[in-house]
Amino acid sequence: MMKLTDEQKKILDGEKGETLAKVMKTLVNYGEIFGASELVPVTSKYNHLVTSFGLKALGPVYELMNQLIEADATSTQKFSCDPRPIDKNVPSNFLQNFIFNNFMYSRQDFYEGQLTSLGLMDKNAFTCACYMDEVGNKPQKGEVLSWAESSAVVYANSVLGARCNRNSGIIDLMGSVLGYVPKFGFLTDEGRKATWIVEIKTTKKPEAQLLGSAIGMKVMEEVPYVRGLDKWLGNELTDEACTYLKDFGAATASNGAVGLYHIENLTPEAVEMGEELINEGAQTYVIDDAELERVYKSYPVIWKNENAKPKLCFMGCPHMSLEQLKSWTDKVEAGLRKSGKKKVVIPTVFTAAPGVLEEFNKTDYAKRLSDTGVITSYICPLMYMNNPLCGKMPVITSSNKLRTYTTARYYTDDEILAQITKGGNNA
Amino acid sequence: MKQFKGRVIAKGSVTAVALVSHGGLNTLASFQKALQFGDKKATCGDQNNPDLYGKQMVGKALCLPMTIGSTTGGMVLYCACSMKRQPACMLFSKPIDSLAAAGAVLADVWLDDVSMPVIDSLGDEFLEYVKDGMKITVHDDGTVEVE
Repeated sequence: MMKLTDEQKKILDGEKGETLAKVMKTLVNYGEIFGASELVPVTSKYNHLVTSFGLKALGPVYELMNQLIEADATSTQKFSCDPRPIDKNVPSNFLQNFIFNNFMYSRQDFYEGQLTSLGLMDKNAFTCACYMDEVGNKPQKGEVLSWAESSAVVYANSVLGARCNRNSGIIDLMGSVLGYVPKFGFLTDEGRKATWIVEIKTTKKPEAQLLGSAIGMKVMEEVPYVRGLDKWLGNELTDEACTYLKDFGAATASNGAVGLYHIENLTPEAVEMGEELINEGAQTYVIDDAELERVYKSYPVIWKNENAKPKLCFMGCPHMSLEQLKSWTDKVEAGLRKSGKKKVVIPTVFTAAPGVLEEFNKTDYAKRLSDTGVITSYICPLMYMNNPLCGKMPVITSSNKLRTYTTARYYTDDEILAQITKGGNNA
Repeated sequence: MKQFKGRVIAKGSVTAVALVSHGGLNTLASFQKALQFGDKKATCGDQNNPDLYGKQMVGKALCLPMTIGSTTGGMVLYCACSMKRQPACMLFSKPIDSLAAAGAVLADVWLDDVSMPVIDSLGDEFLEYVKDGMKITVHDDGTVEVE
């Protein structure tokens, strides 16, 4: 049984109302399943919610949230939220618009009203990469979080050294409302130890999204300690290294269920503790060029016509960083120069947080990217594609998360660049 | 008839026909279409799950190793329960994952008229033994009979 403080017991007994008692019961029952010893305070400044979409199918969730609002059981923390599912800048046809607005996301305005009542940071706080400096929800090392977005949880745990379990939607909100979360898993020192050693033995810098996918599929929900990646990323968490780890981590979390990884000589706990982080009996996984090739070739193509010409390219799942938007502007320009074209040949959308886009738009890169024909958006590509019509639409991406959850087809960064600047499947 | 013993996550007893997924159940991908477009039988919409794709999940004894996929999974399961489109029970061969656990707890605490017994840690042998269409009986104490 979990040990509760007197204050927590009173809440559970209903002294602060029936609704808050149910919130407490939810977290106690949830924690006890995983052997949590106690509830510990949430210590981050902001929370982050995974549910950003007014999806008609989630009606019962909105009713539950109404119960919280009516009982004034709202969060003491302000929060950011995953990206919006709709943006008129992103190409969509009449039928898609009809389905988005009348069937799927018909409750978007209503839901955003609920989020405002519950404590949304600001009207543009919609991104999966809330930890970007331009967004401002960046937890400190050791802080305890109540987040659920898998790509943000793995980044916060691994790159920032914060402490958060891989929670489900709604549990994220309830932890923040109560101000406590059950202590188990990644909130404990023991739960942060590695049970896998991953040896990187590639002859070139591995593609972040491919490496993350390989590791995720191998270790599933366990913690990997990665050796040999510092050779390619260096020993400092530069913007470039953080961008790499963002994409790498999202792939480990979506292709498997990784919530924490350690990169030798780079991520904070690995720098501090080194091999002390590795559990006795840890298994080993060696990754070389051939293994990455094997993983890449194992992805099924679930397009109706495997040789279809791509109709759309999405980059930015998770949302791109400022550094990434700039470097991709250079790459797209160079690719177009090489192919003798002026504009990208496939409609291409780069997605990023509203705050990141705002900063990007202040630089001369913004006009340069726009001149190439690439569209920028704050949309969630996953939510855009999460409908029956997109099942028939050939979309390409370098996101292994988008590949996993939708019918989008994965290509490496270089292949994506060739596709959008030259065209053709074998570019 | 073979008997297995697991840990009770959500209490209850029920008898139902088995539906078996040998890979992880992607909760969002499996239930979204059913919840979105009014399919009361909750036909599984996950194209990546050959065991379940196109099969009716409502009222079945869903046997699986774990759930996978989006961390919206717990609340999707909660919605399925609230809309009465849930399986009769969920039987996990492995210790339950945090997303499925959240769904089970949310349904148990916040919904008054829904019963979906959930048992975990039934062991790999359970998933090797059980086949689609077998009769499953779940008891309050976590005992699962397969015949």
